[in-house]
Amino acid sequence: MSNLRDLYQEVILDHNKNPRNYGVLEPHTHAADGHNPLCGDQLHVQLNLSQAGTIEAIQFTGDGCAISKASASIMTDSLQGLTIAEAQELMAQFQTLVTDMSKEPDPKLGKLAVLAGVREYPMRVKCATLPWHTFHAAIQGDVEVSTE
Amino acid sequence: MSVMANNVAHRIRDDFPILGKPMNGHRLAFLDSAASAQKPQVVIDAERECYESYYANIHRGVYSLSQQSTQAYEAVRGVVKRFINAPDEREIVFVRGATEAINLVAQSFVRPKLGPGDEVLITGMEHHANIVPWQMVTEATGAKLVVVPVNDDGTLDVAAYRERLNERTRFVSFVHVSNTLGTVNPAEEMIALAKAKSIPVLLDGAQSAPHMPVDIQALGADFYCFSGHKTYGPSGVGVLWGRLELLEAMPPYQGGGDMIRTVSFEKTEYAEPPQRFEAGTPNIAGVIGMGAGLEYLEGVGMAAVAAHEQTLLSYATEQLKALPGLKIIGTAPQKTGVISFVMEDAHPHDIGTILDMDGVAVRTGHHCTQPLMARFGVPATARASFGVYTVGDDIDALVSGLKRVRKMFA
Ligand SMILES: Cc1ncc(COP(=O)(O)O)c(C=O)c1O
Repeated sequence: MSNLRDLYQEVILDHNKNPRNYGVLEPHTHAADGHNPLCGDQLHVQLNLSQAGTIEAIQFTGDGCAISKASASIMTDSLQGLTIAEAQELMAQFQTLVTDMSKEPDPKLGKLAVLAGVREYPMRVKCATLPWHTFHAAIQGDVEVSTE
Repeated sequence: MSVMANNVAHRIRDDFPILGKPMNGHRLAFLDSAASAQKPQVVIDAERECYESYYANIHRGVYSLSQQSTQAYEAVRGVVKRFINAPDEREIVFVRGATEAINLVAQSFVRPKLGPGDEVLITGMEHHANIVPWQMVTEATGAKLVVVPVNDDGTLDVAAYRERLNERTRFVSFVHVSNTLGTVNPAEEMIALAKAKSIPVLLDGAQSAPHMPVDIQALGADFYCFSGHKTYGPSGVGVLWGRLELLEAMPPYQGGGDMIRTVSFEKTEYAEPPQRFEAGTPNIAGVIGMGAGLEYLEGVGMAAVAAHEQTLLSYATEQLKALPGLKIIGTAPQKTGVISFVMEDAHPHDIGTILDMDGVAVRTGHHCTQPLMARFGVPATARASFGVYTVGDDIDALVSGLKRVRKMFA
């Protein structure tokens, strides 16, 4: 069992306390609500996609545990300026990061790698992936997504 | 802490093998007995003994093993009868747990009586197991599900209950003790109010049977249920108690073997209760294990169990109240050993994970009571709950873990 510090790293505690890109984004081109019924976590992601398919702005609001809030904060930071294709690749890498113990974190993940500790806590993986599922739903044009 | 209560519980701890096992490098402080209780050696032995020495299918064979199994299984009805002071063994139906018991009553007893405009009355502090079965039968029949509100301190609004009992109410079902708040409802008074209007009542005893003496004749209910896994027995077994004359008039819940008298393709005659409601091969060793769990509790004495848990409750409440930023949800004057709480800045799931690393097991989430969470305006709570084996050290471990949580998130 890993040390608790691996999960609740300073960076995560900081993003939880001072989330980046937190707030309503008006106007926006895409939005979705994410819901984790197990914890009652609720997350809203709003973004603006350019004609060319680049994420020009992305913000979130919601209520959740430290892991989901920090994950949303770091995710929105990482997604600014990416194309949809790049964002989807990053999402796949993130999914591997938080579920696959056998792999070293992909260097492309950058500061998202601080969430690697989650893979030691299977019950908490959904907390980390909820923002990503919500982002994915938004660009797919779904309005709601649930982790159950 | 009362020294005497603590001594008894320390001795009791030795009966539970799991409590001696370290958890994440720490002494295990198991504070989730409301979800499911740990098992004493006598329960583990009873189930093993059944499989090792006398297991066979029941009610079927003429050979000795089958007779021995049947006897051991049937003897548990006597144990349950004594445990809840039921008038008659034939009123004890073995089911999978409280959930199945409630579904059985909803489908077999209540549903045939419901029509458009009729009402089923429940409360705002019910477990999903005492909500969804009633939604299913009311939706199917055009009847209405009516809910009694909960006060800010976690007590039930009994005046509203009185008002909502009316000539359209066909059935009342409510929780004896709330699994989320610990509130002990005034069951005797509430049942009397319903009975005065000839409305039958089911009392969900999932959280009362393990924690206080229960006399169902004194309570006056028509149905009572509990789950074996919360009374220190195995999971997958439980009890529905119902008044004999009601059970006798009810159609079966499921069809199959063991619940019939004679079967032909033209007509099947059903067996008498309780067999009528026990279709198919039951959890034989599980029922026997459940009996051992109830006898274990009898040995400790339910009055002693309740007194012990009250001592812990006052101690823990005092300790938790002293922690800055912590708020207890559920402060009814009559409570069992259940404390739900939230903390400023720390989400219940973070609390749960961090405490786990200290060997402290608490439940976090909605506790299968989402409407109640909505009532208190929280998505989730952390919950510490006590059992016969809980001691002051467990509470102290919880408190020091919570201090650590606060430091991390401050
Ligand atoms: C008050 C209450 N009712 C019903 C149930 C359902 O019990 P089971 O899941 O054992 O069927 C529970 C279990 O958590 C409970 O606490």
